Amino acid sequence: MTDVAAQSSNVASATPDTMAWDSRARRVVMIYLPLACFILILLFPFYWMAITSFKPNAELLNYKEHNPFWITSPTMAHVKHLLFDTSYPRWLKTTMLVAIGSTFLSLFASTLAAYAIERLRFRGSPYVGLGIYLAYLVPPSILFIPLATVIVQFGLFDSPLALILVYPTFLVPFCTWLLIGYFKSIPYELEECALVDGATRLQILWRITLPLAVPGLISAGIFSFTLSWNEFIYALAFIQSGANKTVPVAILTELVTGDVYQWGALMAGSLLGSLPVALFYSLFVDYYVSSLTGAVKE
Amino acid sequence: MSVTTLPSRGQALRQPGWLARLFDYKPFLIVMCLAPAIGLLLVFLTYPLGLGIWLAFTDTTIGQRGVYIGVENFQYLLKDPLWWNAVFYSIFYTAVATFGKFALGFWLALLLNNHFPFKSLIRAIVLLPWIVPTVLSALAFWWIYDPQFSIISYLLVDVLHLRDSNVDFLGSPWPARFSLIAANIWRGIPFVAISLLAGLQTISPSLYEAAMLDGATSWQRFRYITFPMMMPILAIVMTFSIIFTFTDFQLVYAITRGGPVNSTHLLATLAFQRGIAGGELGEGAAIAVSMIPFLVFATLFSYFGLARRKWQQGEAND
Repeated sequence: MTDVAAQSSNVASATPDTMAWDSRARRVVMIYLPLACFILILLFPFYWMAITSFKPNAELLNYKEHNPFWITSPTMAHVKHLLFDTSYPRWLKTTMLVAIGSTFLSLFASTLAAYAIERLRFRGSPYVGLGIYLAYLVPPSILFIPLATVIVQFGLFDSPLALILVYPTFLVPFCTWLLIGYFKSIPYELEECALVDGATRLQILWRITLPLAVPGLISAGIFSFTLSWNEFIYALAFIQSGANKTVPVAILTELVTGDVYQWGALMAGSLLGSLPVALFYSLFVDYYVSSLTGAVKE
Repeated sequence: MSVTTLPSRGQALRQPGWLARLFDYKPFLIVMCLAPAIGLLLVFLTYPLGLGIWLAFTDTTIGQRGVYIGVENFQYLLKDPLWWNAVFYSIFYTAVATFGKFALGFWLALLLNNHFPFKSLIRAIVLLPWIVPTVLSALAFWWIYDPQFSIISYLLVDVLHLRDSNVDFLGSPWPARFSLIAANIWRGIPFVAISLLAGLQTISPSLYEAAMLDGATSWQRFRYITFPMMMPILAIVMTFSIIFTFTDFQLVYAITRGGPVNSTHLLATLAFQRGIAGGELGEGAAIAVSMIPFLVFATLFSYFGLARRKWQQGEAND
């Protein structure tokens, strides 16, 4: 097993003729140890978030008598406070609505656009594709001020609908590029056969191309959902009233009050706000990795 | 609109109605397919982009239409020490964080490219910081950087006895700047590592075998095979990383809001503070517009990175 591993891992392992014990010790130092450090550091904030959420305040603020890395008497008080004394359930609902709405809107728009660019092929279709790609390079930070005035002009200020309409600006470019890649992988002959049989273009899209592109649609969908769930700056700038805020904005603006921070409730809110995307992520890990890497390789 | 034509499929095949024929007319179909995406992007991206540049030359405030005042906003910014401070920190933040992300991320990618048990599970765990909402993990960092109850201070003072007093992470300018950079690196490593891992997996093992036969050391294999082969993907990932680090907002807004004494303002947070919180839309827009030259520079960097790909890999592989 180690022999096979040592030979096929071609970057950091020892030369094949090294003795087995030596290469195993080397592997521990060169691979497992740094890897363990990376994982420890990457996961620690989540552990800390989780453990803070369930600690009673007495333990939370007293490191001398309680080991901060562990809980002796776990409590649900922070979670209860969050769910029953604040509008947290409402924020969750708004965030869910916005994320699902903008995901479907961008999937609809980008599927049609990707189909037109990749399959209908017209003069200038590469330029349209390039234009959409360039849109991805425009960061929200330079758009939010003028967009706020546009939103006010449309009478959408303080409405979740504004977020549903604005999020596609960064979702559509990404999804379109992802889907163009997927459509490319579907043999064109399938569509030609259908054309010969007298199917219309839309029938081809609906009955042949889309069913074959389902993995791509799932990738684009979960990615859009995650990105809109996590979006912050637009939600901060366009939503004013406490009830309509999304989870990330609400936790920062509604729960951080006064000089004494309610760390337990803040961390419980962060944990609960991260759970939906984390669950979603654990169900679709492979789609995430493939869409992330696919989009980069394009 | 695609749905409405579908129920009539059977009829349409026998005697195409004018609607079905219209939707089979290619130019019309192309326009219809592109309309939603292009429409959304034009209304909510291109128009605001233009509007933002226009606003930068006006004295608009919230609730009051401004008039054209020429480059006055920019002249004001050039004399504003806070703006210079934000430019400095934006560049510093981007440079240090990008370097850190790529050094550590490349290392992690190389580690993940080995074979070991539970590989896919570990790869999944590694991506977690990138999936979770930035603001929420930033809050966790804020708590980790707490002046009194920081867990890092506890480790250094009470467990390892390396220091006598708690570390003041966010109380003074330079420690606050580096604390934010550390949080940004933490969040950026997964994206870099997973993207570069995808690039590493496309390098043919035969190259390494040939080099090993020629007696290349592992450093030489890295320097003369891995690194050059990774250049194209490195350039793309780096461009994205630079653009989104330079325009970062969430992390700074969540942890320090630009403090202490405005020392950690990035251009984006300064624009928010002046434009939305302060109501000076024109000035905020001018700060946002002042980011554009840096972004154009980053995009050109990407373009030349891509151009490099052609002569490196030959004409067959693009």
